[in-house]
Amino acid sequence: MDAPMEYGPEQFAAIIAADEKIEPRDWMPDGYRKTVIRQMAQHAHSEVIGMQPEANWITRAPTLLRKMILIAKVQDEAGHGLYLYSATETLGVSRDELQNLLHIGKQKYSSIFNYPTLSWADMGAIGWLVDGAAIVNQIVLQGTSYGPYSRAMVKICKEESFHARQGYSIMMALAQGSEEQKAMCQDALDRWWWPALMMFGPHDADSSHTEESMAWKVKRKTNDELRQMFIDQTVPQAHYLGMTIPDPDLAFDEETGHWSIGEIDWDEFWATVKGNGRLNRERIAHKVKAWDDGKWVRDAATAYAAKHAHELDESALVKNV
Amino acid sequence: MSYDVPVAPGDKPQDISFGGGTDHGFPLWEVFVRAKRGLNHTHVGSVHAPDAETAIQNARDSYTRRAEGVSVWVVPSTEIIASDDADSMFSPFEHVPYRHPTFYEIPEEVGQL
Amino acid sequence: MNTVTTTNTLATYLVRHADDNVVLGQRLAQYISNAPDLEEDLAVGNITLDHIGVADHLFTYAAAVDDGRRSGDELAMFRSEREYTNLLLVEQRHDGFGDLMARQFLFDAYQLPLWHALSTSTDETIAGIAQRAAKEATYHLRHSSMWIVRLGDGTDESHARIQSSIDQLWRFTSEMFEADDLDREMAEAGFGVDPSTLQTTWQSTVDAVLEEATITRPSDDFQTSGGRSGMHTEYLGHLLAEMQWLQRSQPGMSW
Repeated sequence: MDAPMEYGPEQFAAIIAADEKIEPRDWMPDGYRKTVIRQMAQHAHSEVIGMQPEANWITRAPTLLRKMILIAKVQDEAGHGLYLYSATETLGVSRDELQNLLHIGKQKYSSIFNYPTLSWADMGAIGWLVDGAAIVNQIVLQGTSYGPYSRAMVKICKEESFHARQGYSIMMALAQGSEEQKAMCQDALDRWWWPALMMFGPHDADSSHTEESMAWKVKRKTNDELRQMFIDQTVPQAHYLGMTIPDPDLAFDEETGHWSIGEIDWDEFWATVKGNGRLNRERIAHKVKAWDDGKWVRDAATAYAAKHAHELDESALVKNV
Repeated sequence: MSYDVPVAPGDKPQDISFGGGTDHGFPLWEVFVRAKRGLNHTHVGSVHAPDAETAIQNARDSYTRRAEGVSVWVVPSTEIIASDDADSMFSPFEHVPYRHPTFYEIPEEVGQL
Repeated sequence: MNTVTTTNTLATYLVRHADDNVVLGQRLAQYISNAPDLEEDLAVGNITLDHIGVADHLFTYAAAVDDGRRSGDELAMFRSEREYTNLLLVEQRHDGFGDLMARQFLFDAYQLPLWHALSTSTDETIAGIAQRAAKEATYHLRHSSMWIVRLGDGTDESHARIQSSIDQLWRFTSEMFEADDLDREMAEAGFGVDPSTLQTTWQSTVDAVLEEATITRPSDDFQTSGGRSGMHTEYLGHLLAEMQWLQRSQPGMSW
């Protein structure tokens, strides 16, 4: 680089090519901005909606330690949602706007959270499989081209490391327990395995956004690549538990060193994406209700702030909070 | 990954335009944290809050998980003044290579420098 | 394994405070993912974790002190409604954020001086637990006070609602300061604190915040108690059923 870069498309392309980060005030193509907003916002929505299936079991956790771990995990998810909304807002869009799009169905969240948590073992399966799958993706996303997204992912990955482990430890306790506990463990694996695989999205050939996202380095690995990574790491873990993966076509390919799976039920996948999954309506209704029920609280806080504006600034300084 | 939720066959992709400043909610605050004595405050993200006192509280909950000995600053996002990154005042380091440590060849025997 | 009562008086004393915290923790836990915004969900999650954490420490210590016959979890999961000794205040249901914060505030204003006092317990374990809990309670009280003030001095609607929440819960406040023989025995031994000594501090904290919040202090006329002797409201049974069911369905298993 001898002469200063032209600010605009040329600089944008050079930054991407050099594997450097695009920052909020950089010039960027409109499509890039839209793609990054959509992906970060939907990631944030996923974290927030993802609190619900697990919050469902906090009051019924079998021990105080398991209860605390589950609360910590759900709290982490709220925090991750917050980091991601924060990153999205750097692109000039407000969290309220994004949340509204979620509420009216114009933005989505990861379909995995539309499945119900029917037994305690589901807490194990979610940590092990769902967080396990998310981690595979998130580690790679640390290298995404948009700076604030990349930094949020680094922070999230640090906090996420215990999520998968605590889930697996629940499964281990059950797998080494009573016949009833073992059955509960196997049943949860049976219900969560395929949805976890679907988290990686459609096959590369059927994925409309991938090419562009890969070129802009928003996405760093393809759906199928990530899915294979997950399968290869997870199958031995299931076998260690003495559990059976619910796939009669599962086979280890000696040549490639990879596990091959049967065909995913894409009808179920698309149905869930379209909004007809088990709990699509309930998840959004819960979210909307919380928001609506809280309106009087938010209005009160805003009114109070307006009444006491100058006092609050002073007191915050003086109080050494 | 499915955060980029795919468009189902037969559906039209939603073309949504953003950024109209439709924020009816709490203002946005930028958060700076000094993780421990001896370090600088660094920017860690943002929170929404109705006022400064609540913003500090929220920032502690979200970015420090209330760890002790941590100092938190919050600034309304609207108060942040940023440089124009296209400003040619700050040319790339390639033009002043002697400001880069890698410009200088120091023999290995000299050790840590 | 139906009744798991403690025979040791120190254990019984510890269990009271453990019960307060685990029951309150359950109530808070029900609220997670229902808060008015994401920041508040995070805050409630933090506070829930604190209460369950203290309960866990206290149950564990109580179990050890009580001849080690039972574990802390067994104390939490295998005692019935009539054996639970929590304050009535913490088992009350809440219908939204106002109720939740009102109860939290009234309890926080009692917990903080309690933990401060127990920080100098002659029992090292209690002192250690209390010192950490006092730091957390400082945070809780600041948080709940801020909300009482904002709701009280916010909109007309919020003012009416929070006034009503405080009014409804006021009859459970005297119980926090009722001392019985066990309290006096523990205070005398230097292990515990006589809760009646905490009332003045509680009163001045509460009065100051209610005033700033423009909330009228309810009249003291009707007060109710009985939690410390297992005489609860009808709500506790449901809460315990939810909390204990999985353990009771397969007693003796590891989880």
